[in-house]
Amino acid sequence: MAEKASFKVIEDLPKEDVPKAVSRRNFIKGVITSGVAVSSASYLFRASSLLQGQQLAAGIGERLITLNVNGQQRRVDVMKQETLAWTLRYKLGLTGTKLGCDRAECGSCTVLIEDIPLYSCSVLTHTVRGRKVMTIEGLASADGTLHPVQQGVIDEQGFQCAFCMSGFIMTTVGYLKTNPNPTRQKLAHGVSGNLCRCQDYDKILTALMRGADNTRRSVLG
Amino acid sequence: MDNKRLDNKKVVETTKAAEREYGVGHKLIGKNYETADLYAKVTGSAKYAEDFRADGMLFCKLLLSPMPHARVKHIDAKAALAMPGVKAILTADDLPAPADTLTDNGTVIKASKWGERGLTMEPVYQGEPILAVAAVDELTAAEAIEKIQIDFEPLPFVVDPLDTLRPGGPNPRTDGNVWTRPPATASQGPGTPAITELKWTESDFAELKKGRLPMGKTPDEWTYGDLDSGFKNAALVLDETFITPDTSHQTLETRSAMAYWRNGKVYIYTGTQSTAQTLPAIARWLNIDPEKVVFISEYTGGGFGSKITGGVTMIIPALLAKKTNAPVMMRISREEETFIGRARPGFQGRMKVGFSKEGRITALDMFVVCDNGPYDAVGDSPSSGRIVSLLYQPQAMRWRGVTVLTNTPPRSAQSSPGGLQGIVIIEPIIAKAARRLGLDQVGIRRINCPEGKAELGPAIQGKRQYATSSFLKEALDRGAEQFKWAERVARTPKRIGTTVRGVGVSLSCYVGGTIGFDGLLVIKPDGRITFQSGIGNLGTESVIDVHRVGAEVLGVPWEKCDVTWGNTAKNLPFTCVSGGSQTTHAMTRAAYATAMDAKKKLQEIAAKKLGGKPEQYEVANERVFRKGGGAGMTLAQAAKHAIELGGIYDGHEAADDLHKLTKASVAAFAGQGLVGAAKDNYPRDGNTYSYVASFAEVEVDIETGKYYIVDFLASADVGTVIHPRALGGQVLGRSTLGIGHAIGQKWVFDPRYGEMLSKRFYHSKPPTILDVPVDMQWSALDIPDPETPVGARGVGEPPVGGGCASVLNALSDALGDEIFQRAPVNADTILTSLEAGRPMQHPLMAHI
Repeated sequence: MAEKASFKVIEDLPKEDVPKAVSRRNFIKGVITSGVAVSSASYLFRASSLLQGQQLAAGIGERLITLNVNGQQRRVDVMKQETLAWTLRYKLGLTGTKLGCDRAECGSCTVLIEDIPLYSCSVLTHTVRGRKVMTIEGLASADGTLHPVQQGVIDEQGFQCAFCMSGFIMTTVGYLKTNPNPTRQKLAHGVSGNLCRCQDYDKILTALMRGADNTRRSVLG
Repeated sequence: MDNKRLDNKKVVETTKAAEREYGVGHKLIGKNYETADLYAKVTGSAKYAEDFRADGMLFCKLLLSPMPHARVKHIDAKAALAMPGVKAILTADDLPAPADTLTDNGTVIKASKWGERGLTMEPVYQGEPILAVAAVDELTAAEAIEKIQIDFEPLPFVVDPLDTLRPGGPNPRTDGNVWTRPPATASQGPGTPAITELKWTESDFAELKKGRLPMGKTPDEWTYGDLDSGFKNAALVLDETFITPDTSHQTLETRSAMAYWRNGKVYIYTGTQSTAQTLPAIARWLNIDPEKVVFISEYTGGGFGSKITGGVTMIIPALLAKKTNAPVMMRISREEETFIGRARPGFQGRMKVGFSKEGRITALDMFVVCDNGPYDAVGDSPSSGRIVSLLYQPQAMRWRGVTVLTNTPPRSAQSSPGGLQGIVIIEPIIAKAARRLGLDQVGIRRINCPEGKAELGPAIQGKRQYATSSFLKEALDRGAEQFKWAERVARTPKRIGTTVRGVGVSLSCYVGGTIGFDGLLVIKPDGRITFQSGIGNLGTESVIDVHRVGAEVLGVPWEKCDVTWGNTAKNLPFTCVSGGSQTTHAMTRAAYATAMDAKKKLQEIAAKKLGGKPEQYEVANERVFRKGGGAGMTLAQAAKHAIELGGIYDGHEAADDLHKLTKASVAAFAGQGLVGAAKDNYPRDGNTYSYVASFAEVEVDIETGKYYIVDFLASADVGTVIHPRALGGQVLGRSTLGIGHAIGQKWVFDPRYGEMLSKRFYHSKPPTILDVPVDMQWSALDIPDPETPVGARGVGEPPVGGGCASVLNALSDALGDEIFQRAPVNADTILTSLEAGRPMQHPLMAHI
């Protein structure tokens, strides 16, 4: 029997809290209505301003918005169809969020939006205005003290190539907020939306369990 | 498989091996520590190729072939090039001529006319890049690609190796369908592989109707021992056909690359399995002087054999950068990676094995068809024969193999290339034989297990090769004990309701090391040591781990050591590629040799400054001092003296036997401290292999066909343990890569159009965290290999075959021998075959 998703899925939130286009269904709708062809090869993005003023496909124009990322207000030009992963990586310089598939399969791009882990490859940037976005770069304290989950990974030498690591860590941090004392089995379910191709699952789980333990201690302390 | 039961109650608890203490008698070797790359990884500041940016950076997109084999008749790019923001187009015509290879001993290897070049006018697989466009942003580049018109002339294609071997079957390449190697001559050595045509006869194919692999003529074959009498004296002879899957490497980081030119040098950023050896590969692909290349690869998001010297496609952004005089980023999408990102070749295999009544293999006749894809010959087929001959020590054996070209994505080595396939073909036969002969599964493997300097392969000039050592019997015994094998086997009932349990064991091994590479370290005047590491940073941590050996030899605390890696401009030594599980063995040897060189120089400096002979001094506790007390100096002082002395001591001179890359790096450090640099010249008697015994228990629901791996244990014979946590990650991680081949990973093709259908993770199904037991177990014997100074062997590939085969054997223990004759084994296979009482999948068709 599949365990029920242990964090609140976005549809369960009160209506007024639901960013309109955060679900995958709405995400796709959002991209389609923007009038941009969705290539089968990848989600594509305009990163330059060299073409400004020229007549291009309808609805591509960028718009200046304010995002709350890692506790800072960041002003950024975004396109309608721009994903949060792209904005973070290519506009805000936050490259710790990785793109492994760009299609909501691997979880490498997971960030927290209002403490809920979501695939940032499948969240349109303009839908998270006014919501708190947290990336791997925002986890450690200003004085450099690591988050207890990051420390758990250090303590246990978790992960190999670590391309999946920031996604796993963000998912775990989000999961622990509602499930602070998981078993190995439950935490495995909690992070099962994240893929590790080094297949270092056993050591990863040990490291994340250590992170859970560190988190409980830090709350108590 | 999606989901593990939440009420999973273990019936048998595995003895915990994790508490075992490694590194007894050592200060650093065998101890856990925090690797220097970990902090950057957990904070997101570690930079992989796509994380680099450069001013004015353009993006490029690829145009991929929609057909499995075609000729490009005409390209019309006018409309695309007229678009605002489009900067350049690159086609195969823009590629440099393939360069010949000049080996280190001066031999010239001519560039192959069949080789892969990155772009082509004759695509030989669906998804092969034809051209690339650079533009101010990625969307513009993609729109430009859409505007390009190409006329293709479709050509005959093949997706199943057997189809091209049929009489009159189509050829995947215009010149033929198989790789052959002309016989060696006394003056020339082995010939260069060539593509030729091979067709089998209708009577060969008669076997297919009986569900058995046809065995026509093969270009390669070897034999040892008396096969006929081996079969004649056998108490049981089994003849089985088995299919192993093609599996994409699917590294989580695709082969994205960024490049720019500055002062006549090209700077390339991409993932690799060897920083040092990717540089000459780039120089060859671009046909430029290696001195004109700077290669940066600080972090690599997985390799598994697919990025041994990076991918040839990295030259595309480099050439576009030259054309546009701007940096170019090439982001490779997941779907593109599926096409160009390499894969393990599947085997269609057949094996006839004779067993004595005690279970000893008296004769083994092995036949494999290796699906090579369209380009360079992979070594899986010959490798499979050598591994089987070593791992099960047949008294007589014949191996025959053919490496067949197909119009499917290019293959390359994947963890345990050929080893996995060979092990997966033979292990179910051994499991079946044990059942027929009434023998214990561990017992039948024990009786065939290699021991000590075990022989392998055919006789070459009258003598068979042999391993440096094998302690696999000990690993098997210890694994059986920890897994409580006997208790699990004896447990009844096997079936409760619709759930049936099964246990499986497998032997496993692969090459575990090479020799002859260089190391380089500098003792700085502040007393710190810098180790220069040319190893790729794939996450196995060998890039850092091997240098613990150097620090231990020199008696320096790890806190005083720095490791430089990931950038060829930072002066790295000649290093092995991190493939074939070479690194830990090869580079601990080089690290040991280098530390011994530094130690010798320290002793000489002390003798020069303080009198006496060098051998009267010892090195420990960050000092070089007279044995038994007396005069001495700190390493910091010795480094200052080294600079005063110059010459060999501070890098102004270098030993003659160092590789030219190492010599250049030594020269770059001249005057900066005491330079230790040495080639691994230690002798080695035998070839290095590492070994694993793998154990699995499964639970199968015979009403749904669904199954779970309840427990897994890998018991490893990998020599001296260097870094336990990193080793554990490799033993279980690579086991799980093998398990993926048992439980779900494969390719699916539409044979009519040659179109790949398994393009995404959810099609090709690499294992998730819910597919493996929640607490997998591993242990290592920690017995030093006698043929290497540190005793350490490599570990990447050896666990892979056993991971897959132990699960397959557990499944046949639960369900019987008539369920599957190919991997992976899916729920539908189990259900349909159980109902029919015989294997219900097509016995031989590839990619289903």
